[in-house]
Amino acid sequence: MISTLTRIFGIERLDQVEDAVQDAMVRALRLWPYQGEPDNPTAWLIQVAKNRMLDQLRRESRLTETTDEIEIPIGGEADTAFANEVHDDQLRMIFTCCHPLIPEDGQIALTLKTVGGFSVSEIARAFLARGPSVTKTIVRAKQRLREFEIKLEMPTPDKLPSRLESVLKVVYLMFNEGYSALEGEELVRTDLCHEAIRLGELLAGHPVAGAPKVHALAALLLFQAARLTARCDAAGELLLLSEQDRSLWDRAMIKRGLYQLRRSASGDEVSDYHLEAEIASCHTLAESFESTDWPRVLDCYEELLNRKPSPVVALNRIVALAKVRGVEAGLVELEQIAEDRTLRNYYPFYATRGELLREAGRNNEAIEYYRYAHNLTSSEPVRRFVMKRITDLSRER
Amino acid sequence: MPQYILLLHETPSDFSNFSPEEAQQIFGEYFAWRSKIQAEGKYVGSNKLKEEGGRHVSMRNGKARVVDGPYAEAKEVMGGYFIIDAANYDEAVEISKGCPHLKYDGWIEVRETDPVPAG
Repeated sequence: MISTLTRIFGIERLDQVEDAVQDAMVRALRLWPYQGEPDNPTAWLIQVAKNRMLDQLRRESRLTETTDEIEIPIGGEADTAFANEVHDDQLRMIFTCCHPLIPEDGQIALTLKTVGGFSVSEIARAFLARGPSVTKTIVRAKQRLREFEIKLEMPTPDKLPSRLESVLKVVYLMFNEGYSALEGEELVRTDLCHEAIRLGELLAGHPVAGAPKVHALAALLLFQAARLTARCDAAGELLLLSEQDRSLWDRAMIKRGLYQLRRSASGDEVSDYHLEAEIASCHTLAESFESTDWPRVLDCYEELLNRKPSPVVALNRIVALAKVRGVEAGLVELEQIAEDRTLRNYYPFYATRGELLREAGRNNEAIEYYRYAHNLTSSEPVRRFVMKRITDLSRER
Repeated sequence: MPQYILLLHETPSDFSNFSPEEAQQIFGEYFAWRSKIQAEGKYVGSNKLKEEGGRHVSMRNGKARVVDGPYAEAKEVMGGYFIIDAANYDEAVEISKGCPHLKYDGWIEVRETDPVPAG
């Protein structure tokens, strides 16, 4: 909605448009309970917000009567056209919000607010930030829009590839932010994942923006999200990939992931998103944990590591390596990256080391590493999970 | 079947601190309630009353007296009404209890209409 109205009235009126949309929403809250839902609620809201904007502009007397001709089709055959128009507006808005001249946190917050319709407090909750600081981030991002006179438009074809990078990154970060949250009670974080998927599929469906790597990103997100429902057991306790009930995975989402994966296979470029999507597909398509194509997973992690050395990728690579070449080989390699400073406070490193030691039957050492992991995380489900491992192992001693 | 009118009284408030998700939820509640009584064939009609521009008309010493009001700033206004079919007061009250209006600081006056006997 905000995207459509901003296209009509100009990005420089973004604040005013936001207010008008809020007003339309309030009007709907008063009216719809009595009148029932209109045939096309989005069109209704846009029309009301638009009228409000026109009223204001008329008051500012900067407007000639001719602008009244902006009509938004409501209902009937025009619906598809309207939906397409809304999609195009949103894409333009995503590219504008993710302009490289805006700081990254501002890109994400602005995208969530203007394209995703998230409130400031929801964004704050999702990023474990305080409301006022999110507001500040958004205000700064809007200042940049004004300062650099960033236009609400799709980048020209020659600039599209580079502009696409920052858009994809925002979608990727948005998803990770939601996905890495382990607190099951924080529902808004699942919303983040779904919004990221929505944007990913929207981008993938665009004739020009829908490059192979966009499909790869969409596939990655869909495969990951398909497993969200199985990450906890009935009591809300965290489950490892090896322990999850695979029948709970979302088949429809996996299907959408496969569709995107197939479409990502055109062109010459193998992006990082391709590699990550490939790994996610290995996990999601395997019938059991044991039958996962671990050598393929390992290959992908090695290629990723070659491209951008990252301790986190290195750790994941070792997990796959331990599956292919054995636990001892994994432990040897873990020893080699143990000195990396970025891993020093990274609890998954200690938890992984604990797991491998446990599998190797070195229970005392395993307990030691589980303890480190326990002390390093504040996530309750993770703490409970690690504590359970420690108790189990202590009993075996 | 007798008809009942549900008068929805409320304290005027701006809903401006609702997020789109919360608004969605509120709509969902109202639509669910409404479609339930519609499905049961008990819904007759409903209207929202405008908040501004009300008039009080009365007669004083043979002269019409018109006063503006109620205002949106009033402590309490009638937001709108629903007309339903119900077997008796018990059923009408039961239906009112399900109305989301009660969740959002409103109260409902339930009145039975006194129909003119068909002649």
